[in-house]
Amino acid sequence: MSGQKKVDRRLWWLLAAAALLSVLWLLATGALLGSTLEPGVRAQVWAALSGPMPLVLLTWGAGMAAIAWALKRWFDHWVTPSVQLAEEAQVLLKTDVVRELKPKGNVETQALAHLFNQLVEQRESYKREMDQRVQTAARSIEQEKSRLAALMSELTQSVVVCNLDGRIILYNNRARVQFRALSSAPGVVGGAELIGLGRSIYSVFDRKLVAHALENIQQRMLRGAAQPSAQFVTSTAAGQLLRVQMAPVRPTLDAPPADSVELSGFVLMLDNITREFEAEAAKDQVLHTLTERSRSALASMQAALDMLDYPDLDAPMRERFLGVLREETQGLSERIALIETGAADSLKTRWPLEDMLGNDFLAAAARRIEAATRLPASVHQGDAHLWLKVESFSLIQALVYLATRLADEFDVRHIDLRLEPAQGQDGKAWLDLIWSGQVMSTETVMSWEMDPMRQGEEVSRLTVRDVVERHNGAFWFERERVRHRAFFRFLLPLAAPQETVEAATFVRSESRPEYYDFDLFQSTEQHSALDDRLLSELTYTVFDTETTGLNPSDGDEIIQIGAARIVNNRLLRQEFIDQLVDPQRNIPAASIPIHGITPDMVKGQPTIDRVLPAFHQFAQDTVLVAHNAAFDMRFLQLKEKSTGLKFDHPVLDTLLLSAVVHPNQDSHRLEAIAERFNITIIGRHTAMGDAMVTAEVLLRLIPLLAEKGIRTLGEARAAAEKTYYARLKY
Amino acid sequence: MSQKILIADDEPNILMSLEFLMKREGYTVVVARDGGEAMQAIVAERPDLVLLDVMMPVKTGFDVCHEVRSHADVRDTKILMLTAKGRDTDVAKGLALGANAYMTKPFSTKELVQKVQELLGVEQ
Repeated sequence: MSGQKKVDRRLWWLLAAAALLSVLWLLATGALLGSTLEPGVRAQVWAALSGPMPLVLLTWGAGMAAIAWALKRWFDHWVTPSVQLAEEAQVLLKTDVVRELKPKGNVETQALAHLFNQLVEQRESYKREMDQRVQTAARSIEQEKSRLAALMSELTQSVVVCNLDGRIILYNNRARVQFRALSSAPGVVGGAELIGLGRSIYSVFDRKLVAHALENIQQRMLRGAAQPSAQFVTSTAAGQLLRVQMAPVRPTLDAPPADSVELSGFVLMLDNITREFEAEAAKDQVLHTLTERSRSALASMQAALDMLDYPDLDAPMRERFLGVLREETQGLSERIALIETGAADSLKTRWPLEDMLGNDFLAAAARRIEAATRLPASVHQGDAHLWLKVESFSLIQALVYLATRLADEFDVRHIDLRLEPAQGQDGKAWLDLIWSGQVMSTETVMSWEMDPMRQGEEVSRLTVRDVVERHNGAFWFERERVRHRAFFRFLLPLAAPQETVEAATFVRSESRPEYYDFDLFQSTEQHSALDDRLLSELTYTVFDTETTGLNPSDGDEIIQIGAARIVNNRLLRQEFIDQLVDPQRNIPAASIPIHGITPDMVKGQPTIDRVLPAFHQFAQDTVLVAHNAAFDMRFLQLKEKSTGLKFDHPVLDTLLLSAVVHPNQDSHRLEAIAERFNITIIGRHTAMGDAMVTAEVLLRLIPLLAEKGIRTLGEARAAAEKTYYARLKY
Repeated sequence: MSQKILIADDEPNILMSLEFLMKREGYTVVVARDGGEAMQAIVAERPDLVLLDVMMPVKTGFDVCHEVRSHADVRDTKILMLTAKGRDTDVAKGLALGANAYMTKPFSTKELVQKVQELLGVEQ
C-alpha cells in the first residue's frame, strides 16, 4: 500500500532544492577554478574535462539518487507517520467512527498515536455514560407519562387540563364522552368541535365564570389554604347541567416562593349532573306536594274537626264539615299513592354551594357592580368571620343585575352592600343591596325577581328567584323610612364549620388516553396576527369534501365532509369529522364510481345546514387546509347565505404549496404528491381518507417550505399566490 | 260595632271553617279567594284584621302584605299570615314584610282565635 501511495509533495520540493543546490555548487566550483587559471590553460582544462563530462553527470546523478533515497527514508520515518496520524485523527474527530489507530513511524509519533487512542477511548466512555443517563431519564419520563395516562383513563371523573389561556392541554376519555353529550350536534361531530388539544375551553364555559373561579382560587391560595380549589355549576348551550371542580396547576421546579399565587394552568373535573338535578327537581316536586299540600289539607281537616266539636252545630252545617273531612282524607290518600308509584330517587344532590368568606364575597361583588354599572359601590364591613355558603357566581350575577336595573330605571347614584347575621335565625345571614331613591312598587320588585337576568347584551337563563332557590333562601324588598333608603334583602345560608370531602372512587377501564400535549403549557395567547405566525406553530383544520358534481352554482351539493386537526405539528387522529351529508337531491350515477357514495348511504343522514355549523365550530380559530382548496371553499361559501356561517378563515392549498416546493414537477395531484413523499394512501376518495393524506402532505411541506425561507402563514400565502398567477398566465 | 275580619285563602274547605269560626266569635267576616280579590277587599272593606294565606293565585300573601304596608290608607291593617310553607326562611320573610303574626298550617283553631283576639285587643 505504501508503494502505491502518493509521495509527499514536499519530498519532491526538497529533492529539487538539493539538485539545484548541487548544480549551483558545481558551477560555482568550476567558475572559481576557471578564474584562477590563465585563459590558455583554462581552455585546455575545459577541453580536457569535456571528454569525461558524462562521467561527471553520472556521479552527480548517483549522488542525487543517494540523497533522494536518504530523504525518502527520513520522510518515511519522521514526517509521513505524523501526517497520516493527523488525517486519521481528523476522521475520528469529525465522525462517530471508533477505531484504534495503528502506531507507526518513529517512537514519538507512536506515543502520540497511543495518546490519541486513549483520548478516543475516554470520549467513547463519556458518550456511553451520557447515553445511558439520557436513556434512563427518558425511560423514567416515559414511565411517568404512562402512569399519568393510566391514572387518567381509570378516573371515572372527566378531567380536562388547561393552560392559563383556557387552551386544552390534556383530557381523558371520560371527558370526551361527556363532551359528546354537550355537543349541540351530537350525531355529527360527537363533541370534537368542543374538546380537542389546543381548543379553547371557553367555547363550553363562560369565560367570566372560569375567571371568577380562578380568582377565588387565588384568594384561597393567598390565605394559605391547603387545597385551594373552587367549584361552580353551569348550564351549557345544549341545556346540560355541569358541576365543575377547579384546581390550580402551579408552575413546577424553579418555582417562585411558596407564598406566591402564580398559576400555570388549571384542572377541571366535570360532572354532568343534569339527570341528578332532574331527579332532584322531581323529588322536590314530590316533597312539595307531600308537605305543603298535606299541610293545607290537614289544616282544613283540623279546622273542620274543631268546628264539629261545637255542640250547637245544626245538622246541615255538621254534614258540610263532615264532607270536608271526607274530601280531604281521600285527597291525602290519593296523593300518598301517587308518591309511592312515583318512586322518588333517594339520591340527594343539591345545587353545590361553596364556602366563601363574607368579606371576600362583598369585595368581589362591589368590584363587579362598579365595573358593570359605573356606580360607586361601597361595602359595610361587618363581621369579619362570617362565612357564607353560596354559589358566588350566580349570586354576584343577581346583585349586578339588580344594581344595573336600579341604575337604569331608578336613576340610583350609589349602591351599598351590607352583610350581617340574620337576627333571630341561627345559621342564616342577611345580604342587603341598599340604595336611596324613589319608591318601588310590588309589581316592579316581582318582575325584577322573575325576569331572566340581563347583563348588557347577555341574557342569563336564570332569574333572581332561581338564584335564591339555589341557596334555599329568601328575597324581599324593604324600606327604611327614616333614612329614606330601601334595600333588597337576600336571606342566605352561612357555612357550617367543617365540610367533609368525598372520597374518590376508581374504576378500571381498558382505554388509555392519548389526549395530551404538554407543550401547550408553554404557548401563551398569540397576539400577533395570524399572518406573522410560524407555519409550524399554527393549528390547522385539514378537510376534504365529496360532492355530487363540480358546479355548486348549478345545484351540486356536498355529500361527505372529512376533517382532521393538526396541533403543534402533530396530526391528531382522535379528533376528526367524518360525516355523510344528505344532499336533498339525487346523486348522479356517473359520480358514484368516483366517491363510492350511493343514495342509500346518505338517506337519514343530517343535511348540510346541520353539518356546516358543527364543521364551522370544529374549524374555529384554525387555518383551513385542503387540496385544491378553491373547489371546496366554493361549496362552503355558497352556503354562507342559507346557514349564516362565514368561512373567512385563512386558507392554505396543498396543491399550490407543492407547486412552490417542487416547481419542476409535472403533476401536483394528491396521489402524485403522496407518492413523492412516500405517504401510504388509505381510503383515497373518501373525504376522510383524502383529508388525512392532505394533512400528511402538509406536515411534510412545512419543513421544505422553511428551507425556501417560507416560514410564516403570510409568506406561504404570498408564495402560493405567485404560483397561482404563474399558472394562470400559462 | 263588631270588628271586621277578611279571610283570604284559595282553599274553599278551610275558608268554610274559618268563616264559620270567626262569625261564631262575633266578628264580621269577608272572604277572598285569591290575592287580587284580597287586596281589593282590603281597600274596599277596610277590615281590622286579615287572615292571609301565602300561596294564592294572582298575588301571593307576601305581595299583598307588602302592598298593604306601602298603601297609605290601609297601612295599619293587622295581618296574620297563614301558610303551608314550613320553612323558617318563609317565616322570616313574612315577618320582615310586615306581618303581625304568622301561623303554619295545620294549626289549632283555639290558638288561632287566641292570636286574633290578641291582635285585635279584647275590646268587646
